[in-house]
Amino acid sequence: MNAPSLSARLLAADDRRLWLGMAGCAIAFLVVVPMLNLAMPPDSALHMPNYMVTLLGKYLCYATLALAMDLVWGYCGVLSLGHGAFFALGGYAMGMFMMRSIGARGVYGNADLPDFMVFLNWKELPWYWMGFDHFWFAALMALAVPGALAFVFGWLAFRSRITGVYLSIITQAMTYALMLAFFRNEMGFGGNNGLTDFKDILGFPLAEPSTKLGLYMLSALVLGLAFLVARFVVTSKLGRIMMAVRDAESRVRFLGYSPTWVKLFGFTLSAMLAGLAGALYVPQVGIINPSEFSPANSIEIAIWVAVGGRGTLVGAVLGAFAVNGAKTWLTGAAPELWLFLLGALFIAVTLGLPKGLLGLWGQIRRKEKAHA
Amino acid sequence: MKAFRLLLVLLALLAWAPAHADEFSDAVRALNADNFADKIAAAEALSALGDGRAAVILEALADGRLHAAGDGTIVMEQGGAYRDAITQAAASSADASPITVNNRLRGVLRGAVGRLGLFSPDPELRKRAAESVIASPTPESAAMVRRALETETLPEVKRMLSLALANLDLADADPERRKAAIQALRDSSDPMVRGQLQHMLETESDPEVKAAADKAVGAINSRLVWVSVGANIFQGLSLGSVLLLAAIGLAVTFGVMGVINMAHGEMIMLGAYTAFVVQEVFRATLPPEYVGLYLPVAVPVAFVVTFVIGVGLERTVIRFLYGRPLETMLATWGISLMLQQLVRSIFGASNREVANPAWMTGGIDLIGGFTLTYNRVIIIGFCLAVLLALAALLRWSSFGLHMRAVTQNRPMAAAMGIPTGRIDAATFGLGSGIAGMAGVALSQIGNVSPNLGQGYIVDSFMVVVFGGVGSLWGTLLGALSLGLVNKVLEPYAGAMLGKILVLVVIILFIQKRPRGLFALKGRSVES
Amino acid sequence: MKFVRALGAGLLAAASLLPFTAANAADDTIKVGVLHSLSGTMAISETTLKDTVLMMVDDINKHGGLLGKKVEAVVVDPASNWPLFAEKARELLEKEKVAAVFGCWTSVSRKSVLPVFEQLNGLLFYPVQYEGEESSRNVFYTGAAPNQQAIPAVDYLMSKDGGEVKRWVLAGTDYVYPRTTNKILEAYLKSKGVKAEDIMINYTPFGHNDWQTIVADIKKFGAAGKKTAVVSTINGDANVPFYKELANQGIKADQIPVVAFSVGEEELAGIDTKNLVGHLAAWNYFQSVKAPENDAFIAQWKTFIKNPKRVTNDPMEATYIGFKMWTQAVQQAGTTNVDAVRQAMYGQKVKNLTGGTAVMNTNHHLSKPVLIGEIQANGQMQTVWKSKDVIKADAWSPYIPESAKLKADWTYPWVCGNCAEPKFKM
Repeated sequence: MNAPSLSARLLAADDRRLWLGMAGCAIAFLVVVPMLNLAMPPDSALHMPNYMVTLLGKYLCYATLALAMDLVWGYCGVLSLGHGAFFALGGYAMGMFMMRSIGARGVYGNADLPDFMVFLNWKELPWYWMGFDHFWFAALMALAVPGALAFVFGWLAFRSRITGVYLSIITQAMTYALMLAFFRNEMGFGGNNGLTDFKDILGFPLAEPSTKLGLYMLSALVLGLAFLVARFVVTSKLGRIMMAVRDAESRVRFLGYSPTWVKLFGFTLSAMLAGLAGALYVPQVGIINPSEFSPANSIEIAIWVAVGGRGTLVGAVLGAFAVNGAKTWLTGAAPELWLFLLGALFIAVTLGLPKGLLGLWGQIRRKEKAHA
Repeated sequence: MKAFRLLLVLLALLAWAPAHADEFSDAVRALNADNFADKIAAAEALSALGDGRAAVILEALADGRLHAAGDGTIVMEQGGAYRDAITQAAASSADASPITVNNRLRGVLRGAVGRLGLFSPDPELRKRAAESVIASPTPESAAMVRRALETETLPEVKRMLSLALANLDLADADPERRKAAIQALRDSSDPMVRGQLQHMLETESDPEVKAAADKAVGAINSRLVWVSVGANIFQGLSLGSVLLLAAIGLAVTFGVMGVINMAHGEMIMLGAYTAFVVQEVFRATLPPEYVGLYLPVAVPVAFVVTFVIGVGLERTVIRFLYGRPLETMLATWGISLMLQQLVRSIFGASNREVANPAWMTGGIDLIGGFTLTYNRVIIIGFCLAVLLALAALLRWSSFGLHMRAVTQNRPMAAAMGIPTGRIDAATFGLGSGIAGMAGVALSQIGNVSPNLGQGYIVDSFMVVVFGGVGSLWGTLLGALSLGLVNKVLEPYAGAMLGKILVLVVIILFIQKRPRGLFALKGRSVES
Repeated sequence: MKFVRALGAGLLAAASLLPFTAANAADDTIKVGVLHSLSGTMAISETTLKDTVLMMVDDINKHGGLLGKKVEAVVVDPASNWPLFAEKARELLEKEKVAAVFGCWTSVSRKSVLPVFEQLNGLLFYPVQYEGEESSRNVFYTGAAPNQQAIPAVDYLMSKDGGEVKRWVLAGTDYVYPRTTNKILEAYLKSKGVKAEDIMINYTPFGHNDWQTIVADIKKFGAAGKKTAVVSTINGDANVPFYKELANQGIKADQIPVVAFSVGEEELAGIDTKNLVGHLAAWNYFQSVKAPENDAFIAQWKTFIKNPKRVTNDPMEATYIGFKMWTQAVQQAGTTNVDAVRQAMYGQKVKNLTGGTAVMNTNHHLSKPVLIGEIQANGQMQTVWKSKDVIKADAWSPYIPESAKLKADWTYPWVCGNCAEPKFKM
């Protein structure tokens, strides 16, 4: 059977609901939020304060990351516990660009070297910092470095038919090793402090609320695009093979397909999406540091996806929003208790909602239908 | 130590000489000076009197047990009782405050106590005196050691004294003496001696002495290379045993049961906190000399505590998740967050103090400055014992048989009448219990804090996966080889890069052997 | 119909975020933010400081509040996660509208919140010893700079009382504070005639727990016949295994003393100190110092925390001084307005708990006394050296060539945290 053509698929009746939902979200995120932020007077109850915009921008990046994770875990069946590494690498690429655009405005006033290098007595810029003066190069690297790492790592791993927990653990080893490496001050990435003290991006000062709003809207657009790309992939013929690999790898192999390349494609694409999310994340939070590589962060990404609903793209996005929203709220509202509540949420979701929050929605809908 | 002090007291009483009592008591009172320079002068004056009683007082001062009362009397504390340092009469400690000591004064005091001990009737004391003369040499020591050597009869003490003398003679004005000293020290493997000889190479004017020193340094160096190789292997084994200890429990819950147990680290932590609680109970209820026994008691207690918690978790959470290994990860991660916060709310966020019992403190100075520390030796032994016990349990007990049956083929085992649910609970409890015991051991070398488990969890997974999931011997070999590789790399690459390289090695190794060192074979493996 | 429903769902999602925004401070309270990690790796150290701030708030409310209003502490948990620090800082300033924030421990957390405070013109009191090389208009640094800790400690060890140390091991965790401190110390030692081969520098990762090799190396390095000392900038968690290994390998304080800048009473409470007697620490405060202010503070702390065994430490004193100074500045300014309070902070004086008076300088750092203490068997420090007078903190170290050129002074005509020349010409 041939996969239906792109336009046919985009307009398929099944998809109409999806498109409407997306339009709703697009209006909410791209029109309503900016309006509430800009047009409402600050003392109005409907006013959206600036910090909420930044917060939403951050969640949108997390959602893109969760989407990337879902693509590889939910659809290819590869549980990567190292996706934080791709996210952080993308972040570092963007951070390096912003570091270079500080120029002579750093504390030591050195136009050729970032502050931390001046401080550690570096005499010249290391070769791997070359080119990061240009935005296009940094943007390219934010995609290419995670992509290349994922490709090489995935090629080695999938070729040797490393699966299941073995794969999870070596991806964890990868991100752990990268974390230790980036902690080393000799690496030239700022050690524990990482890259920080950014001034502006492409001439827009980062401290301006309008820049933040712009970055937020860009994140929303990127999430939308990433969603469409992911959706396109998973509904394509390739996507079906992906799911077949997830469900029964050996059978797929016996049918003559090469699971290695299918998984490799999913893994690399996912890493690039993660890198993109990281690149957008860093200017919004203003810092990138090796703790982003920590294995716990990567585990958390898997948790967002599981909470939202693994194997459904909407679920991944939903999970990222739900868990991070809960975290933001609870760390302020119940600073002493929030770990109990979050831990309990994870346990409750796994025990009660194997299909995540989205599964819960599905259950309710089914009940409604049964009653109707 | 106690016997030593008692002897010193006896010694002091024997040497009781009222003739220069005034001189003596003045010197003792002078110890309570306003500044350290005066105190040092007083200590030196006191030791120069050559009065046997001085040793006890000086030692008490070095240990911070010498107090000055408001009226200027000097009071000495011994095992909780206070006495007047000069008259030995019982005294009250009401208004006494300890005479402060700093490192410099402490060094002077140790040297003085050492020199006074050179003429003690106890050979053990004389040996220690020889050691302390080497550690803190003073110009007048050489003459005293020489005097002591004349009367020394025991060969062992004699040897030590001549070594001490040789050490001191390296700085002698007479080149012949210096040369003789070098000859005497040629067979030493002490880096301290090498340091001194190297220093001599720079300053020595006599060419003959210089040549001898050069040769001696060469000889010592070649011996020290072997020492450092040996030390490296020991350190590697020790690190490996720590990794192994942390990983054995996981080898059961993850390796045998297939539960990706993210709360494993927290079981280790709970074990360490159990050790803390047992220690506190011992401290509160028992006299000080028995407190050191808390450790052997804490091991089974920790096992029971974490076993019960493990069984509880299995019955309430994990049993609903069999066959969904990746979801167990999610749930156990939640459990781990909750346990951390629970411990934080009960015990506070800061580190808790778990002391090494006296029998686990210190070590044997083997050779060339390499110390075999007791706590590490004991941990190596303990970890092997745990591993062997576990292997025996799995191999020979009926519980082990049932456990293997359930993990290999659950429906068949159930059909044979094995209560699979109970076996599952017990297996998870066993893994948790072993982690708890590991926590007791690890509390002896590291922190006891709510984050304790987080530091071990990644390493534990690496070890189990590297060794081969489901294989105990794989875990053993994996842990020891990772420990060794890490420690062999560390001197060249540094602690950080060493660890990174080990991780890269693991990643590459898994490419070659996708199921670890000892892969299970058979059909059940593929899934 | 479906369209409306989907659109509605999207709008609902946006609307559900609104409750976050509506939270208005009641007018009769002054809010202060507490931004210390209560979970994660830094909770070990930071939880105590959160309690200290709460104690100070409690105390001021018992004494009638501030400007006739009650002071309310807003506690959040940034969970040792650096981006979360920035998020929480923004939340405190924008949503809670706090008048000042007391918080942060690690340098990276401070760096993470710095742009937020500068953008929103907030006020942060940072209570921990740190590497210097910074002076922000929106931060008051009440912990020690390297010249208030490291240099006096090294001077002491080089003195006769300290044992006339000739050979130095600079051991630290690999992050910016040890790197800076060691860099300053290396330059300082060389200026005092110490040769390069007599300095050994070693860095370890965070939470390093296998110290066998490094302690053995220190032992070897110390066996060269010259008096050797270790200057430790090893961070929190890694200290316990480090000291345990030192004790077990038999390194005694009178042979190779270790002087630490990150080990205080709180850290020692987690270590068995019997075998560490004589090792040193340099701080601006020790619990053991006898002074009426200190006795009162310790008593107040033990009552507040309801545990007679709890200890006090230097960052707590720094929090205490910072909080006191802030309340005094608010009273002087008659408002909590950040600009007015900042102006009132300069020259503000608070009595140190250990005697003497701490003064806030125009470089946003304090003048404080320096104490060097030896560890005792009971986990306390015994002062063996005290600076004659208070020492003024250098924001920029004169021993680092690039920073020697810079000056921090936030008053006319400089008005700058890192300038080589004044902003305004006289």
